[in-house]
Amino acid sequence: MSKKTITVALMDPPYETENLTTAFRILGVAAQRGYNINVFAYEGASGLAFIRQTPHPNPVHGKDLAEENHPTTKDQVAALLAEAEKNGGKVDWVNCGMCVDERGVNEFVPGTRRGSPADFHAFVEASDNVLVIPTK
Amino acid sequence: MAEYLLIESRDPFESNDVGYLYELAQGLVESGNQVTLFLAQNGVLPARPSKHSAALAALARSGVNVLADDFSLQERGITKLAEGVTSASIEVVMDHLAAGHKTLWH
Repeated sequence: MSKKTITVALMDPPYETENLTTAFRILGVAAQRGYNINVFAYEGASGLAFIRQTPHPNPVHGKDLAEENHPTTKDQVAALLAEAEKNGGKVDWVNCGMCVDERGVNEFVPGTRRGSPADFHAFVEASDNVLVIPTK
Repeated sequence: MAEYLLIESRDPFESNDVGYLYELAQGLVESGNQVTLFLAQNGVLPARPSKHSAALAALARSGVNVLADDFSLQERGITKLAEGVTSASIEVVMDHLAAGHKTLWH
């Protein structure tokens, strides 16, 4: 069976909705299977791979940085890229250029890149299937 | 005949739009298509026996494969499932995508 290529479009911003939890679980399955993965991070989702995200402690709960173990979406993106590579797949993660400029998040996790909706069109043309996860 | 995966992430207790997706699933099956309805996130709430469960049972009886994301069920403490609903792994979504089935997220 030939290697599958799956495209996923994301729109939700980091740390707000459960859509991203589900999206990363779906992408994780593709990475474990060694599929090629295209992600078009649009609108708020363009901040997912912003490299300057930092975890934080939780003084309200009395937890230091290590105890809080706060997940960041930039680490989740990096983990996705690593998992795919480990299993022989490739990830082409595109951050919408105008979206990152608007939000000031134009510094990305290595291995992701700046792009435009034209990249999404190309992804769709080249993929076995596409899943669009819109905002609610 | 086509194969469809409809993913419902919304809670019918909160969003009346959910009924439209159920109607879409019903219509697609009646038109001779194979349809899987995958409930995720708060979309699994009607999988707990409740006022909205009857709609899921009716879909299942009409031929829709009604699945509920096991992770979403576990998060919400739902262990007893309504008639016609089966717990399933998120792997199901990737199975359908890889098979080229038409997939719609709501």
